[in-house]
Amino acid sequence: MSAGVRPARRYTESTNAAWLFLAPALVLIGVFFFLPVAAALLLSLTDFDIYAVAASENTRFVGMHNYVQLLKTPLFWSSLKNTFYFALVGGPLTIAVSLGTALLVNARLVRWRSFFRTIYFTPFVTTLVAVAIVWRYLYHTRYGLLNYALGALGIAPIDWLGDPHWAMPAIILMAVWKNFGYNMLIFIAGLQSIPDELYDAANVDGAGPVRQFVNVTLPMLGPTLLFVGVITMIGYFQLFAEPYVMTQGGPLRSTTSVVLYMYEEGFRWWRMGYAAAIAFVLFIVILLATLVQFRLQRQRT
Amino acid sequence: MKRALLYAALILGAFISLFPMLWMISASLMPTGEASTYPPRVLPSHVTFEHYQALFTRLNLGRYLFNSALISLVVTIISGAVNSMAGYAFAKLRFRGRDTLFRVLSAGLVLPVQVAMLPLFLLMKQLGLINSYWGVIIPGLASIFGIFLIRQYAQAIPDDMLDAARIDGASEMRIYRSVVLPGIVPILATLAIWTFLATWNDFMWPLIVLSDESHYTLPVALANLVGEHVQDTELMMAGSVLTIIPVLLVFLFLQRYYIQGVMAGSVKG
Repeated sequence: MSAGVRPARRYTESTNAAWLFLAPALVLIGVFFFLPVAAALLLSLTDFDIYAVAASENTRFVGMHNYVQLLKTPLFWSSLKNTFYFALVGGPLTIAVSLGTALLVNARLVRWRSFFRTIYFTPFVTTLVAVAIVWRYLYHTRYGLLNYALGALGIAPIDWLGDPHWAMPAIILMAVWKNFGYNMLIFIAGLQSIPDELYDAANVDGAGPVRQFVNVTLPMLGPTLLFVGVITMIGYFQLFAEPYVMTQGGPLRSTTSVVLYMYEEGFRWWRMGYAAAIAFVLFIVILLATLVQFRLQRQRT
Repeated sequence: MKRALLYAALILGAFISLFPMLWMISASLMPTGEASTYPPRVLPSHVTFEHYQALFTRLNLGRYLFNSALISLVVTIISGAVNSMAGYAFAKLRFRGRDTLFRVLSAGLVLPVQVAMLPLFLLMKQLGLINSYWGVIIPGLASIFGIFLIRQYAQAIPDDMLDAARIDGASEMRIYRSVVLPGIVPILATLAIWTFLATWNDFMWPLIVLSDESHYTLPVALANLVGEHVQDTELMMAGSVLTIIPVLLVFLFLQRYYIQGVMAGSVKG
């Protein structure tokens, strides 16, 4: 084996091997993800509907018509508003609870950390549809344990899922309970990577716990906060199963999210061209929300 | 004093985290009607398994349990192979266009899956896979996130080890099987648990692609059931228990791999 030949031989061999190793993943992701996404863009420019589902000749190119139509539909705007409500209130609330529990679990005085960590993480792994049904009963106006507990504190019964003002807060509360554990783990990992010397130095300077949190913990968690903020926001803009199971988008459409609206238009009424336009608006909203967070993070540093 | 307050807060948090699931189990064991009384009951007056029995005899829940288990296992096993091969190739093999290709793939992470669902449904219809197990399984067989995770971990495999195997005349497939795979077992375990849980819990795509009851997964069956049986609180709670218990067991037994993996993956990401 001469030194001059070996690298070249190895290069082509490893190139061929690379493509063989990549092929299954690339084909699957290409055909079943990227291709449909591209097709969705085209679909959103057509009037593809239930007649086209039967025979695709019944489709016409309609340009931006679906998007124009969308902007004129009040239900689209309210679904957008509901989704923003859920993401902009539920997202920060989830992150706050996650950070709070991470600090609690990570406190130096605490033993059995991994025990509490596991318990707090449990709601995250449960099946959303099943726990949404459980919460539906806990929220029951008359027989639900939540109103009963509030009653003990002298608070009158709330019609959680039947009152348009309370339905979204109820869904947010459940989502916070379900999701905070995941972010908590990431925050704990972030907290553990902060060097102890920084706290020691702050102690020497006479900084109390609050100032240590503001001056040491928060700045050091910057990248973690960005990561958590982005993935939480992306997930929350895709709200679907909670309203589908708990409220069917009601009462008075107060919990109809963009994805639920897309599902109804696309798969209940088979107005697929129109639904594809809804999906693309969702994509743009998520993209903008992600960019805004990166921009905010850059300003802070 | 400070320590007592800390523990009080921790225990309160633990109570809130577990309470809905504890109540679910308790209510599933109550005689019919007992979960809808005022004042609400926390524990059953006497324990009954009639609702579980009804689920398996009258409501065909065994079938959905089987469907969910089958789909989740197949997706977990095949996607483990597909994602680990691709992740390894991106991490360790040199070929033209590697970085560009990886960047294109990563850009896909910001695309919400719902955007793909409408054309994907039409594609599946063309392929005759609507209302079949494969219709649910195929879109889950490769994941950008999974490739990402594996690539990050596989980068730590020393090149010397791979080169040594090559000089010994091992084929690339052999190297993947006997050097790479053993080296990435921890992240593979994390990814497998993650995939299993995500597939088991998935709702929207199975709801779309499965129209006939015989292929329903548990979440789809449960959402369907609550439409007809919303008054049967105890029955619905038994159904929820059966849906959640398998994932809970997987999580509790394997949590060490899972939690460490989630924490490790995030810090680097």
